[in-house]
Amino acid sequence: MAEHKIVARDLSMEFQSLDETGQTERVPVLEGFDLQVREGEFLSILGPSGCGKSTFMNILAGLAHKTGGELLVDGQPLQGINRNQGVVFQGYALLPWRTVLDNIAVGLEIRGVGKAQRLETAREYLELVGLNGFASRYPHELSGGMRQRVAIARSLAYNPDVLLMDEPFAALDAQTRETLQSELLRIWGTHKKTIVFITHSLDEAIFLSDRVAVMTQRPGRIKEIFDIDLARPRLPELRNTQAFIHYRQRAWEALRDEVTDITREPAAAATHQNWQSIATLGGYRIGV
Amino acid sequence: MSSALAISHGSSRRYRGWVLPISVVALWWLASHMGWSQSGLLVSPEKVAATAWDQIASGKFWRAISASLTRNLSGFFIGTTLGLVLGCLLGLSHTFERLVGPSFNTFKQISLFAWIPLISVWFGLGDVAKVVFLSLAALVPVVVNTCDGLRNVPPNLLEVARVYRFSRWQTIVGVMLPAALPSIFTGLYLALVYSWLATIGAEYLLVSGEGIGNTLIDGSEHFMMDLVLFGMVVIGLVGWSLNALARIFERRMQRLYGIDPR
Ligand SMILES: Nc1ncnc2c1ncn2[C@@H]1O[C@H](COP(=O)(O)OP(=O)(O)O)[C@@H](O)[C@H]1O
Ligand SMILES: [Mg+2]
Repeated sequence: MAEHKIVARDLSMEFQSLDETGQTERVPVLEGFDLQVREGEFLSILGPSGCGKSTFMNILAGLAHKTGGELLVDGQPLQGINRNQGVVFQGYALLPWRTVLDNIAVGLEIRGVGKAQRLETAREYLELVGLNGFASRYPHELSGGMRQRVAIARSLAYNPDVLLMDEPFAALDAQTRETLQSELLRIWGTHKKTIVFITHSLDEAIFLSDRVAVMTQRPGRIKEIFDIDLARPRLPELRNTQAFIHYRQRAWEALRDEVTDITREPAAAATHQNWQSIATLGGYRIGV
Repeated sequence: MSSALAISHGSSRRYRGWVLPISVVALWWLASHMGWSQSGLLVSPEKVAATAWDQIASGKFWRAISASLTRNLSGFFIGTTLGLVLGCLLGLSHTFERLVGPSFNTFKQISLFAWIPLISVWFGLGDVAKVVFLSLAALVPVVVNTCDGLRNVPPNLLEVARVYRFSRWQTIVGVMLPAALPSIFTGLYLALVYSWLATIGAEYLLVSGEGIGNTLIDGSEHFMMDLVLFGMVVIGLVGWSLNALARIFERRMQRLYGIDPR
């Protein structure tokens, strides 16, 4: 049990919402969600949009409360915000009135680390994400990719064991995204953390992860988990290898039914020849 | 070539704003000198300039403008201070919002000038009454914009505050207030503009004492159009300066926050 950093057992979550007639309606978002995250692994959660990925992330981060089941972190039931977890949000969520350096240092500042010490640490992480020379810029002066680097540095500076990342690269252009994927792997290689990475891109999940967990559509649960036995370090060319393409097909097969149902496309149409066009319909970027 | 074009285009646009006022003054000068109008109510530009000089040299202008500005600034400071406190309470405390919010929303619907009869009965026609009126003018936009700014802090910034375990106080000071700052500043900006308009309104409606508004009344009561025109020009210039000053601060703030200046 000890090797499992995070254990979710039969986790469930539902929202109460008002329907047209003003009655409260229960919207189950997660149901029977089981997942075990190993210490030090890079695990991606792949699922159609609206299936509850962010909801799971928010529960894990302590920002939302589960309505049923069990969630253990380091063998302990999760209570409130866990300071051993860093969160990288879907938007970059930088504080616009703080400089890059002060943004990176914000967690340490709240923790009560002295000014000289926290700025030194912040500089270290600034360098790690390759933003030397941008310390005194403001977020709005940076590109999307650079902002996400700052957000990653901010989470790492807090020195968490686990990094939770919710579609961190979704808003970036293809080139920037691939650069950041490689950067993230490099950082993960030097600062061994457990990473739970949420994405809706097949390629991204396969390229980065040790294991990929595929979710069903809402109410979400883990449908299938498979290992990605691709050697590390992983270089960009990996994406064109036969092994990579094989994994991509495999992941797509797990995901296909979940996506096509949502777009109301007849699943039968997803033959091998035209799966790429269906994939595009489902909002999935397959291939580069 | 295209950039040269853009520059000449830009500089011609710069002076375009002057075309209308200069034409009006020229026309005015012509009208009063060519004897197009026999009425004593049309005075010449030179007469207005002479009156302006007389007002300034005799010290009447300085007494009037300093009385008006003192009033204006006192009202502005009292109104914005109360407005900031009230706006923060409304924006930060749900209990306070539920208790006071509905009353305030009704209160702000009352036209500002509808307060004049009540104020004059309670506070007379003197400086106290005027400052109360001005404070009221400054209060409303500050409360509304402060409260709005605090309510509309982006949820992801609040999540950052929770993830990094900001205390309630740290969240307010370190996230909510800075995030609301542009909106709060819009409130202050409006308060500055409204309170100057209200200063003239108060001097005009609560007639007593000195002030630019009183200069205007004097002029119209004695059919001295030169004095009226002089007063109008001063009111316009002061309003314009206050506006320009507020704008400089607003630009700075927007640049810091990465908001494109309008
Ligand atoms: N506060 C909420 N109230 C009601 N429903 C919500 C709320 N937040 C999210 N949902 C619903 O929960 C589902 C899952 O949302 P989310 O976890 O954000 O999906 P994902 O991140 O996988 O795209 C969505 O269908 C969404 O409509
Ligand atoms: Mg999401």
